[in-house]
Amino acid sequence: MSPGAAGHGQDEGSGTPLPSIPLLPVEAVPARYPGRWASAIVCLVLVALLARAFVESPHIQWPAVAEYLTAEAVLNGLWLTIVLTFAAQAIGIVGGIILATMTISPNPVLKSVAGAYIWLFRGTPALIQIIFWFNIGLIFPDIFLGIPWTDIGIKVETNVVITPLIAAVIALGLNEAAYMSEIVRAGIISIDRGQSEAAAAIGLTHGQSMRYVILPQAVRTIIPPTGNELIGMLKNTSLVSVISAQELLTSVQQIYAMNFLTIELLIVASIWYLVMTTFATVAQGYLERFFDRGARRPARAGIAPLLRALFGRAGRRMGGGAHQ
Amino acid sequence: MSLLRAEHVHKTYGSLEVLHDISLTVEKGEVVCLLGPSGSGKSTFLRCINHLERIDAGRIHVDGKLVGYEERNGRLHELKEAAISAGRRQTGMVFQSFNLFPHLTAAENIMLGPRRVLGVNAATAAAEAEALLERVGLKGRGPSYPRQLSGGQQQRVAIARALAMKPKLMLFDEPTSALDPQLVSEVLGVMRELADTGMTMIVVTHEMAFARDVADRVVVLAGGRIIEQGAPRTVLDTPSDPRTAAFLGKSI
Repeated sequence: MSPGAAGHGQDEGSGTPLPSIPLLPVEAVPARYPGRWASAIVCLVLVALLARAFVESPHIQWPAVAEYLTAEAVLNGLWLTIVLTFAAQAIGIVGGIILATMTISPNPVLKSVAGAYIWLFRGTPALIQIIFWFNIGLIFPDIFLGIPWTDIGIKVETNVVITPLIAAVIALGLNEAAYMSEIVRAGIISIDRGQSEAAAAIGLTHGQSMRYVILPQAVRTIIPPTGNELIGMLKNTSLVSVISAQELLTSVQQIYAMNFLTIELLIVASIWYLVMTTFATVAQGYLERFFDRGARRPARAGIAPLLRALFGRAGRRMGGGAHQ
Repeated sequence: MSLLRAEHVHKTYGSLEVLHDISLTVEKGEVVCLLGPSGSGKSTFLRCINHLERIDAGRIHVDGKLVGYEERNGRLHELKEAAISAGRRQTGMVFQSFNLFPHLTAAENIMLGPRRVLGVNAATAAAEAEALLERVGLKGRGPSYPRQLSGGQQQRVAIARALAMKPKLMLFDEPTSALDPQLVSEVLGVMRELADTGMTMIVVTHEMAFARDVADRVVVLAGGRIIEQGAPRTVLDTPSDPRTAAFLGKSI
């Protein structure tokens, strides 16, 4: 028994009375690491110099940044970016679940069709897909809604239906589905085979087993990478500025095309992207905690644990035992 | 009519023959223990009974119905998934590794089958779950998640989950092998009580004392074949096959 535990020995009635051994607290002098302090100071000085160079630059008009941050055109673009992100991600998640179910299905045709889809949409650049969907009217000038091989129905011009926004949602959504399918598939196959056997043994069909047993557990492994995908999507929406979809980047581009405050407006856009991705990161933490019911992993969410993780540990390491 | 009738069952994994000409009938209310060394095919045979594994030859009937297939016009037809699932309601299964659903509470684990398969309403299912938990000695533990329960408690919830489907036949696949020694007896106690209620049970186990006290018949497998069967005392005390003797000598 260690000397430190001697004090508890009597309370727990461990049978071995050790009253004569004094408590020996560990009051050691923390180890010093001057190298860590030196490198931290060098790093901070460099960061400070860089920040000063930006802040004091005569070529950046910071008041303009503040002014355009809440300009109506910018806020409209911001709103559209949010709508675009959620619409495309929703298509991606639904499509991803369908594709993942196809890839693990016993039907070889479904399996290979899903495989081909993933191969095509992951293997070509998202930017090309966006431009392609925007120009889909070049292949199919008209869209016919109605009964096939008859004239009953309505015929519309493709370019009327496929606005830049619609093209953006379709392109980003279909592209995302290919990535989401891999995430969903990984989540499903991470569940122990005993779970589906137990579900089968109480008479659940394959579909019921998926819905009530496998997917609810797979969600826990699916949520974190999906959050990453959503954050990626927030930024990827800027790609659709090539088809002028009026989202955040397009909005600021149109402003700086007129007033030439290029850097200032790019800073405005960057600030908003950072705000959105930060919110998404925090929300992801809460979602993870919600789906952690019944799991052993300790919950972590919110900005406070994030700050603690970033600075608390660094402080503890450098202080060498100051926090215990 | 026999509750289980297995006739000349064969099964191979690639070139490895895991079951060779297994024929076994189990009467209603009978408790049969399957004994034998690891890899003798006991668990595989158990899993074939509710069609978690397919057999390559032979026929298995549960309660007079062919498992996994249907005979029409002299030809065997594979059953559709829904029919296989429906067939599995007749048999409850308890696994070595419990396989409770970790995202559901103990009560929800028990209620899932009745709710989704039998279409029982929530209130009735909850009441039944509570009664089953009491029966396995876990009154009031319904809201606990599996990870909050000990291994023995988890296995008793798993037994309750299987019983919730009101099966005619209960299959136990080494139900105590994953448990700490001091937790084994609480699970065997529940199984003993279940046997006393007249439940038909097939138990793969290494617990010789349980086999001796509770089983009506023990069946010894080795190398995928049934090498010996009979009353527990006869087989366990005076085995006629040298392989049985060797196995018992090792495991007692």
